Amino acid sequence: MHNRTVEAVVGFFLCLGVAAILMLTFQVSDLQRGVNGNSYTVYANFENTGGLKVGSSVNMAGVNIGRVTEISIDEDTFESRVALTIQNDYEILPRDSSASILTAGLLGEKYIGVEPGGDIKTLKDGDVVKFTESALVLEQIIGQFLFNQASAKDD
Amino acid sequence: MTSFFAHFGRSFIFLLQLLAALVPATAKFRLRLLTQQIWSVGNQSLVIIVVSGIFVGMVLALQGYRTLVTFGAEESLGVVVGLSIVRELGPVLTGLLFAGRAGSALAAEIGLMRATEQIDGLELMAVDPVRRLLVPRFLAVLISLPLLTAIFSCMAIGAAGAHLIGVDLLGVDSGAYWSQMKAAVDFEGDVLNGIIKSAVFAFGVGWIALYQGYYAAPTSEGVGRATTRTVVISSLFILGSNFVLTALLFGGV
Repeated sequence: MHNRTVEAVVGFFLCLGVAAILMLTFQVSDLQRGVNGNSYTVYANFENTGGLKVGSSVNMAGVNIGRVTEISIDEDTFESRVALTIQNDYEILPRDSSASILTAGLLGEKYIGVEPGGDIKTLKDGDVVKFTESALVLEQIIGQFLFNQASAKDD
Repeated sequence: MTSFFAHFGRSFIFLLQLLAALVPATAKFRLRLLTQQIWSVGNQSLVIIVVSGIFVGMVLALQGYRTLVTFGAEESLGVVVGLSIVRELGPVLTGLLFAGRAGSALAAEIGLMRATEQIDGLELMAVDPVRRLLVPRFLAVLISLPLLTAIFSCMAIGAAGAHLIGVDLLGVDSGAYWSQMKAAVDFEGDVLNGIIKSAVFAFGVGWIALYQGYYAAPTSEGVGRATTRTVVISSLFILGSNFVLTALLFGGV
């Protein structure tokens, strides 16, 4: 084979390989997992995060508005402290909005749902969401149910 | 027993020679030699990689679907296929196929050069055979295998492989297939680690194939034995180091 042809074919191969890596990067995995563009962070305390992970999505009315960027323990209250990084486009959340940990489907991934409140003032960077609702932990619910059943029988 | 250690020591010295030639090689390096080697190592392996990728993806989709559908979770087919291909099957199968297709060819080629005294001829002409013959081949392997792995993974996951069977034949929703895969497959954790794995495999296959060829007994039998050994040792290296790499990269220990 001529040298020119070899070079062209090798170039084609290299391009194909790089294209495959790019496809794996953007089509198969989702590199844009972080919050795009400018964002601000608010905090929410929960009694139990029940399997919420860093990278879980923050949704309002079913629309993704941000990501969970940090989960730690609040040393004063021993609750979990979750940092919600929200895109600046959505800097419209009323200050009395509430955050709850929800599950996608019966056994799906945990995510944070934000219910907007009615306050005129909006949440700013570093604010704490006051109203929160912890994750439903299935074992606790079953435990409570069994306990109620047992106590109902005693009566 | 001593011969085992002797082999091991000699191959290690061989690797050091190779790496030493690699460092200043950039200064007076013949790019054309590298292009030619990428052609014979990478391009020529393309067909087998693409075809096996497609079939591996198809089988995986078929088997994964049968299990998932019993839980009503066939929408997660993309996750099963994506994770298993990107993390394990892609690097390992590509490495094994590459060792069989390109590694054996390299060993045979170098071994035959040794047997027909071409390497001695080069040395007589004061041409360093390590720099002239081995370094371009080694580099070509290092470049080609990760790219081939990425191509293999794309073929297995993409429109001709698992997607064809899962979505077009078995009726999994195309949107769910891709979006669930995207949600589950992580770039750094999965894609990048898969590429790291394939780079390690490339290093091993290149080293083993070139060593076996370079130190092949200068007979037709010796060349044959070098080729066989290359495939056997490379395969064992790939499977063994894959376990270690999985434990290191994904173990979370």
